[in-house]
Amino acid sequence: MSKVAIDMPPKGGFSFDLCKRNDMLVKNGLKMPSFLKTGTTIVGLIFQDGVILGADTRATEGPIVADKNCEKIHYIAPNIYCCGAGTAADTEAVTDMISSQLTLHRYHTGRESRVVTALSLLKSHLFNYQGHVSAALVLGGVDITGPHLHTIYPHGSTDTLPYATMGSGSLAAMAIFESKYREGLTRDEGVELVAEAIRSGIFNDLGSGSNVDICVLTKGHKEYLRNHETPNPRTYVSEKGYSFSKKTEILLTKITPLVEKIEIIEGGDAMEE
Amino acid sequence: MDPTAGDLNGEHSMGTTIIGVSYNGGVVLGADSRTSTGMYVANRASDKITQLTDNVYVCRSGSAADSQVISDYVRYFLHQHTIQLGQPATVKVAANLVRLLAYNNKNMLQTGLIVGGWDKYEGGKIYGIPLGGTVLEQPFAIGGSGSSYLYGFFDQAWKADMTQEEAEKLVVKAVSLAIARDGASGGVIRTVTINSDGVTRKFYPGDEHPLWHEELEAQNSLLDILATGTPEPMVS
Repeated sequence: MSKVAIDMPPKGGFSFDLCKRNDMLVKNGLKMPSFLKTGTTIVGLIFQDGVILGADTRATEGPIVADKNCEKIHYIAPNIYCCGAGTAADTEAVTDMISSQLTLHRYHTGRESRVVTALSLLKSHLFNYQGHVSAALVLGGVDITGPHLHTIYPHGSTDTLPYATMGSGSLAAMAIFESKYREGLTRDEGVELVAEAIRSGIFNDLGSGSNVDICVLTKGHKEYLRNHETPNPRTYVSEKGYSFSKKTEILLTKITPLVEKIEIIEGGDAMEE
Repeated sequence: MDPTAGDLNGEHSMGTTIIGVSYNGGVVLGADSRTSTGMYVANRASDKITQLTDNVYVCRSGSAADSQVISDYVRYFLHQHTIQLGQPATVKVAANLVRLLAYNNKNMLQTGLIVGGWDKYEGGKIYGIPLGGTVLEQPFAIGGSGSSYLYGFFDQAWKADMTQEEAEKLVVKAVSLAIARDGASGGVIRTVTINSDGVTRKFYPGDEHPLWHEELEAQNSLLDILATGTPEPMVS
């Protein structure tokens, strides 16, 4: 009697079938893809009116540059920004999560977010994951209590400093800060020092490169200077351009912008309980 | 990978030298200020003496993350306890709260702490809470990697019923001796003195440490010479 296979409905929950397939592939010699890491140089410093954050823009996947112009300065609150080094997915996810939590907190309290709140939320999340969430952050912002700058490490420890660097290029950038930082820098001096520190990381660290991003935070005002400096332009472009073989299909794209339709209703019914 | 930089995202440990000494009338807590990841100094000016209440402080050593989280929890519990009790918490209660966390999570934590403070019932008290979560009331306690070099020193130099100045001098001398010999300790010396009058924080920057054998005096940094704009030409 042939065995009849009954189609069982899936029981729900996580299906581990692909995990078995992955194990089999690894056993047969396939190399698992590595994580997209931000090799990175990220810095922050406190100047006389607030905080300046800086970052490079290279994202690496092992030895390959995956993104030549990624954004490493993440929004946390209107007055708080955070640079992230480590696994790109982890830094994005953790900063987005805390940013959402802070928005809800602002609705609850009716007040501007404080940097120490973001710090506590980030530190407790990272500690709970015991270092497996590979996010090393430089958190800076200006709130009612003044300007603040903190570093947060993947295991959940934090430091509060007047100037800080993180990432693979941190030693190069810290060398610049240790020799040139002083208290009471003006905005332009601060921006120039941060740019110099990031450039030091870009040119001396293989995991950092491309452009310099800067974010200046002062009381009630923020300036996000995306690609403030581009010291690595593409120097050679072939004059001949690209030639495609005859078989290449040329697709045309037509982009129709969406227009907002605003309809004003005259009169209408009053809202009733 | 560059051996000096090590794993920059690795666990931060405070190599550390931490000391707590009680004298007649209060306690003096002392610590260095170096936080290292491998061979890189992540923070050369950290504050390892953390406040738990107005009258109780804790010196942290070992894993930076673990010790910060324990201090945060105990500060929160002590705040609740003070509200419920209606008066300031005693040092013994603070030490026991730290001990409960350290002992019950001993498999996951790697931190040695020294709790010190003053309360009106027992005066100045020092409690040492090393790795496994033992709590031991001691007239003085030392901890951290630099403490290995201080056991003999304290056997010889510590005596009962010191005055506040003697205790402070002893703590500063001991931390500077440990800094001289332990690579994982360095930076500045911080002390906190707690007695019936309140809390006093003192700070001794690197060039004010006492010097021991074969140590150089504090030099003017090359940066100062460069900043003046007229560096002298090198003469061989």
